[in-house]
Amino acid sequence: MTLSVDLAHYMAVSGLVFGIGVTVALGKRNAIAVLMGIELMLNAVNLLLIAFARFGEAFAGAGEAIAGHTFVVFVLTVAAAEAAVVLAMAVLVYRRRETVELDRINLMRW
Amino acid sequence: MTTAPASPPRRPEAPPALATPMARQIREAPTLRGMLTRAPAPVKVAGALAGLLFFAANAAIGYLVIDGRLDGHWYDFRDLGVAVGELRVWLDDRGLGPWLSYWVTALIGAVGILSFVGGVLLIGTWIERRLLAKFQIRRGPNRVGPFGLLQPLADAIKLVQKEVLIPRGADRILFYLPPVLVFIPAMLAWGPVPWAPTMSYLDINVGLVYVIAISSLSVLAIFIAGWSSNNHYALLGAMRTVAMMISYEIPVSISLLSVALFTGSLKLSAIVGWQSDHTMWLGLIMPFALFTFFFSSTAEINRTPNDIAEAESEIVAGFHTEYSGMKAGLFLAVELGNALLIGALAATFFLGGYTFFGLEQWIPPYLILAVKISAVYFLFVWLRGTLPRFRLDQLMGYAWKFLIPLSIAFMGVSAVEASILARVDLPGLLLIVLVVNAALTVVFVRLWARVVGYEAPRDEVTMPALTTSVGGLRAAQRLRGGAS
Amino acid sequence: MESIGIIVAFWALAVTTVGAALGVLVSRNLLHAIFFLITSFLGMAGLFITLSADFIAAAQVLIYAGAISVLLVFAMMLTPLASRDNANSLYLAPGALAGLGLAAIVGFVAVDTPWAELAGSTLAERSFPDTVRTIGAQLIGRYVLAFELASVLLLFALIGAVVLVHDRAAERGAAAAAEEAGTGPREEAT
Repeated sequence: MTLSVDLAHYMAVSGLVFGIGVTVALGKRNAIAVLMGIELMLNAVNLLLIAFARFGEAFAGAGEAIAGHTFVVFVLTVAAAEAAVVLAMAVLVYRRRETVELDRINLMRW
Repeated sequence: MTTAPASPPRRPEAPPALATPMARQIREAPTLRGMLTRAPAPVKVAGALAGLLFFAANAAIGYLVIDGRLDGHWYDFRDLGVAVGELRVWLDDRGLGPWLSYWVTALIGAVGILSFVGGVLLIGTWIERRLLAKFQIRRGPNRVGPFGLLQPLADAIKLVQKEVLIPRGADRILFYLPPVLVFIPAMLAWGPVPWAPTMSYLDINVGLVYVIAISSLSVLAIFIAGWSSNNHYALLGAMRTVAMMISYEIPVSISLLSVALFTGSLKLSAIVGWQSDHTMWLGLIMPFALFTFFFSSTAEINRTPNDIAEAESEIVAGFHTEYSGMKAGLFLAVELGNALLIGALAATFFLGGYTFFGLEQWIPPYLILAVKISAVYFLFVWLRGTLPRFRLDQLMGYAWKFLIPLSIAFMGVSAVEASILARVDLPGLLLIVLVVNAALTVVFVRLWARVVGYEAPRDEVTMPALTTSVGGLRAAQRLRGGAS
Repeated sequence: MESIGIIVAFWALAVTTVGAALGVLVSRNLLHAIFFLITSFLGMAGLFITLSADFIAAAQVLIYAGAISVLLVFAMMLTPLASRDNANSLYLAPGALAGLGLAAIVGFVAVDTPWAELAGSTLAERSFPDTVRTIGAQLIGRYVLAFELASVLLLFALIGAVVLVHDRAAERGAAAAAEEAGTGPREEAT
C-alpha cells in the first residue's frame, strides 16, 4: 500500500510549520505576532520529537522509554514561561512607549 | 444534601375562594403532583408495575450473571456497553472491515450521549424554572402543555422565530462562530465519563487531563463572542469570564490532582473503580477538594453565586449581550449543559460515579449516575435560588488568596496520605484518613480564613424586621397556603 | 497496520495545521491571527494523537490552546493603542526566504534520508501502553535535575513577569489617593 503515513510526512509538516514560524517571527512588526511565530516554531519541534519517539524504535537508544515525550513536556514548560515573560515585557514596553512595534523600539535606554 | 426543602405545613382543605378569574385559573391548573396523586388507580398500578418489572428484570439478570449461571450478553441491559461490544464483534464477523464496526459503535455512543444531554437540556429549563419558583414561593411556568412542560419547546420556537441581529461594526465571521464553538467543549467533555463498567465512550488513559484541557477551551469561544460583538458590555463580560476562568482553573486542577494522587490513575473508570473497591467516596475523604471543585465549577460555568460574567445588574448580559434569537438560546442551553456536565464530573470524581455501595449490580448503573447528576444539578439550582452574586474582586480574591493556597496544602496532605495508604495495609486506615482529613479541613479553613481576614459574621439580630412588621412573611405564607 | 482512518486524519490535520499557520502569516487582523494560531495548535494536538501521544496531546491543548493563547489575548487587550493590525516589517522577504530555506532543508532531509535502511527495517510504530506512567517515571527518575530546573524556571518566570509589570508609580498614586480617601492601601491586580 503506497498510500501510508510515515516519518517523512510528519517531518514535512514540521518543516513547513517551522518555516512559517520563522517567517512570522522575522517578518512581523508587532511583538505579540513575533511571539506567535516563536510558538509555531516550538510546536514544529514538538511534532518532530514526538514523531521520532513514535517511529524511532529501530534507531539507537530505542530500548529506552519514550524520552521524546518527556522532552516535549520540558518544551511546553519553557514555552509557557517564555510566553508569560515576553508578554509582560510587551505590556511594560507599551506602558513606556505606547507601542509594541519592534521597529520603533530602537532606543537602548530611555 | 439532596433532600428537598421541608414541605410546607399542611395546607387548609378549602382555600379561601379567590375572586379573579386569573387566580381561579391558576388554582385549577393541574400540577405534576396533583396529576400523579389523582391518577386513576389502574394507571397508578400499571406504572408501578412497569417500574417494578424493569428493576426486577435487572436484578434478576444481575443475579444470574453474578451467580455465574449466565455470562453477560446483550440482554444484560445493566450495562449497555456489553450490547455495543457484542454488536461490534457481530459486525466484525460479517467481514466488512474494522472501520464499519468502529463507525457504528462510535455513532451509537455519540448519539447516546447527545440524546441524553439534549433531552435533559429540553426538560432542564423547565425543571430549573419550576424549582426556582418553588424556592421563591411562586409557581413558575405552568401554561404551555401539561403543567408547563412544553414551555422550553415554546421558548425555542419563539427564539427561532426572532430576527438574528448583527451589530454594526461587529466582526461578522467571528460573530457567527461562538454559539457553535461553545457547544464543542461542552459535548466533548462528556466523552470519558463512565456510565457503567464498560459503558464509556472514550475511556482514555489521560481522561482527567483531557477533561481539564477540554473545559479550558470554552474560554476562547466566550472571548470571541465578547470581542466580536463590538459592545463594551460584551467585552467587559468576556474579560471577566476569561480572568475568572483562568483563575478558577487552578483550584479545579489542583483538587483533581489530589484525586489522581489517591487513585493512582488518570483514567476515569479507574477512579470510579477505586472508589467502589474501597467502598468509600473520595468526596468524603477530601471534603475540601470536593468543595473546591464544586465552587470553582460554578465560577467556570457562570452559575449563580459566581455568574459575574453575565451579571444582569452590572453588565447587561455579559458576553452574549448582542446575541439574539436562537444564538442567545444556544448560549443558555450550553450553560445548562455545562451544569449537567459538572454534575457528572463531580459524581465521577468525588461521589462514587455509577456505583452506589453495591447497588449498581442490581439496577442499571447509568441510572445511578443520572440520579447523582440530577442531585448535583439540584444543588446548583438551590444555590441559584439562595445566594446573591459575589463581587468581581471578592471572587478573584477568594480564588487566589483562599482556594489556591488551601488546595495546595491539601494536595500535600493527600500526597502524604496516599503514600501512607500505598505502604501500610491496615483495614481501618481509610476511616482514620477520613477523620484526620475532616479535622484538618476544619482547622486549616479556620486558620487560613483568619490569616486572610475572612472573619465570621458578628452576632447581630438578623430578623427581617421590616418584612415581619409589614406582614410580608405572613402574607407570603397565606398566599402560599391559599393559592394552591 | 496503516488503516485508512489514520491516513485521512493525518492529511486533514496536516492541512489544518499548516493552513492555519499560514493564516497567522497572512491575516491582517491580530486577533484573527491569534485564532488562526489556536487552530494550528489544536491541529497539532490532533497530529499528536495520530502519533498515539495522548498525554502530550492533552497537555498541548491545555497549555497552548488554553493558557498561552489566553495570555496572548490578554497582552493584546492590554496594549490597546498599539496597532491591532498584523503588519509586516521590512524583514518579511528575508524572513520568508529563511523560512522557505529551513522548510526545504527539513523536507529534503525527510525525503532523502533512507529511514528504512538506517533503521534496518521498515519503520514500525511503537505502541505506548501507558505514556503517563512512563513520562512521570522519567521526570522524577532520569531527568529529575531538568525537572527541578524547569520548576525553578517557572518560578522565575512567574516572579519576573510580576516584577516587570508591577507599576510602582501607579501604586504610589493609588496609595496616596487611598490615604486621602482615608482607607488603607489595597492590593492591586496586575
